[in-house]
Amino acid sequence: MKKHDTPMLDELENGPWPSFISGIKRLRDTHPETRINEMTNDLLGQLEHSYETRKGYWKGGTVSVYGYGCGIIPRFSEVGDAFPKSKEFHTLRVQPPAGNFYTTQSLRDLADSWEKHGSGLVTFHGQTGNIMFIGSTTDSTQHFFDDINEKGWDLGGAGPCVRTAMSCVGAGRCEMSNVNEHKAHRLLVNNFIDDMHRPALPYKFKFKVSGCANDCMNSIERADMSVIGTWRDDIKVDQEEFKAYVGLKGRKYVIDNIVTRCPTNAISLNDDDSVTIDNQNCVKCMHCLNVVPKALHPGDDKGATILIGGKRTLKIGDLMGTVIVPFMKLESEEDWDRLVEIAEETIDFWADNALEHERCGEMIERIGLVNFLEGIGVEVEPNMIANPRESSYVRTDDWDDEAVKWYERADAKKDTA
Amino acid sequence: MTEQKKQRSPIETGAPDGFQYMHPTMRKNFGQWKWHDHPKPGVLRHKAESGDEIWTIRAGTQRILDVFTLRTLCDIGDKYADGFVRFTIRSNIEYMVKDSEKVEPLIEALEKEGFIVGGTKNSVAMISHTQGWLHCDIPGTDASGVVKAMMDELIDEFKNNEMPNRVHMTTSCCQINCGGQGDIAINIQHTKPPKINHDLVSNVCERPSVVARCPVAAIRPAMVNGKASLEVDEKKCICCGACFPPCPPMQINDPEHSKLAIWVGGNHSNARSKPTFQKLVAAGIPNNPPRWPEATAIVKRILKVYKEDAKDWERINDWIERIGWPRFFELTELPFTKHHIDNWRGGRKTLNSSAYIRF
Repeated sequence: MKKHDTPMLDELENGPWPSFISGIKRLRDTHPETRINEMTNDLLGQLEHSYETRKGYWKGGTVSVYGYGCGIIPRFSEVGDAFPKSKEFHTLRVQPPAGNFYTTQSLRDLADSWEKHGSGLVTFHGQTGNIMFIGSTTDSTQHFFDDINEKGWDLGGAGPCVRTAMSCVGAGRCEMSNVNEHKAHRLLVNNFIDDMHRPALPYKFKFKVSGCANDCMNSIERADMSVIGTWRDDIKVDQEEFKAYVGLKGRKYVIDNIVTRCPTNAISLNDDDSVTIDNQNCVKCMHCLNVVPKALHPGDDKGATILIGGKRTLKIGDLMGTVIVPFMKLESEEDWDRLVEIAEETIDFWADNALEHERCGEMIERIGLVNFLEGIGVEVEPNMIANPRESSYVRTDDWDDEAVKWYERADAKKDTA
Repeated sequence: MTEQKKQRSPIETGAPDGFQYMHPTMRKNFGQWKWHDHPKPGVLRHKAESGDEIWTIRAGTQRILDVFTLRTLCDIGDKYADGFVRFTIRSNIEYMVKDSEKVEPLIEALEKEGFIVGGTKNSVAMISHTQGWLHCDIPGTDASGVVKAMMDELIDEFKNNEMPNRVHMTTSCCQINCGGQGDIAINIQHTKPPKINHDLVSNVCERPSVVARCPVAAIRPAMVNGKASLEVDEKKCICCGACFPPCPPMQINDPEHSKLAIWVGGNHSNARSKPTFQKLVAAGIPNNPPRWPEATAIVKRILKVYKEDAKDWERINDWIERIGWPRFFELTELPFTKHHIDNWRGGRKTLNSSAYIRF
């Protein structure tokens, strides 16, 4: 095998950060299988060509496994004549366990299967959350999938379908956790497994679950449906720990970094170095808990906030998700059923009403939040908005009827309380 | 049909249960964690109500792992940790151990193999990114290479906790922006309309859906050299590249004119203020493989000013909110241009409708 010269890529072997180029070269130079040596050699050749010409040379196509309509990202080389051994270089998207937990044994099993069938290159994880097995020929995709599918791994989504979901480390390790993130993740995505494997939706739909408003899964900005843990009773305060922190850092530091950083001015430092929190005005932003995790803890009445519609630029511009359920408990089976029901109503309504290639948030932008809420059977409430309408261009001839609904809902709430 | 019968039907198990792969101490104390602290960079200690502790050691890797590297990470996990790992959203590996005595030998073993321990709390975290030229079908650059080159330069900030708050960086090879929002984002910004290969359009592209894809309605069907094709109103075109994925003959990537742009102030967290999108601060930066020195220099300049000027706990968006944009451009010595002023729908809300002026 003649090795391609890679003078530009070689530059990426310099420096202290681990080099992916050195890793690909290890496969080229020291892997016992000639197939992998040749495949990675041609991959490096094509990549060097991209570096020289500043252009990409992969094109898509259609590759799938039996029974599924997606989950594999097909890549065929446009310069396959020059680099024939890597001319088919598909990626298999495989769903990670909720919370991204692995044993070394499970990783070794995946590595063994992958080097038997693929290039030996893998990423934990892609930006949607999949394990990315990068570099398989068309023929090998089915064999590799069969191998790992028998061991409990399933493909993720690609194209216009429900996509692979993500959840944070959550209750597994984090004291900020307010929901069983992993249950929410698996319940939501596995309920839509047919919509994931057989793409038939207007466009992609992503679920992400974060256990608190720190939103480590970036769900508000990156998920069509975001589940964020929160609580509605008081922050739990360990006053002795708080006083110890004030003693350690000083009053000025505490005032500058906790008291004045509270977005709703809900924290007071008392004269004896204890803390008072105006819990009714706390918005659960998480800042003070982040600063003093030994002294401040989430309350006991935990649940989740649901936001819909986050996405990046294309086509109409960036959209954050917006609140459609300010708070719901996620404890009883009925609670969990309701979460799935909200997702089902949302996806059904979106599938019926979206334009082709229109994300859920874009549809809401086009038709207005109220039409969407009516479509999924959710009542309006003031936690859904930053402020009421500023534009006077609105028809209000059914105002009295709508006001009656508000009072009826308020009465119903009182009755159940 | 006989061949069809041999096909194996998939087992549609979906997302696996992570519980089976979780460290026993974490399983035992699931949902019962009390507090955490940060004994040193790259190390977290979580304490449960039961009194149990779990120590986490976080390390940066090359993200695109060869099986040898993956097995090395497993070997370290078996020998020095308890055989349980996880990956963060920014592709760092985390080892979890029950006993504090295991922490230092584990760090030593990771560093000996060239992995970088750090990335916790107020550090510059690993840059999140996608594949670039290695695998993507529409990339204008190679995010993997950009990230390697930049992390070489930012490694001390990854290994230490000297930033005012955490810095999440991202890179993206097109405006789909797979890297996502970041405190600092390095993204491709095309500066010329697509070059159309008219011979291929009618065979490869579904023309109405390409027309529909354009955010500014600049694409229309046209007959070119007797063939059904598409044309672009180049005055309207914003060079976003949205037409390229559904229609590869509309080549948007250009070795010279596909530039890099730098955006700051994206923040996913709700802490202190609502989540924010990133804002453009620099563009026209050469897409210069293999090490992209011009982009790295600007990133380092922004980080230096942020580190010197921001207060504890201020993310980049919090810091700029306090000091204002005039001061940001003054401190970073980046030029402020007409291109910084948003004219997209809703852009008016980004203007200053007040008498608040910074001097």
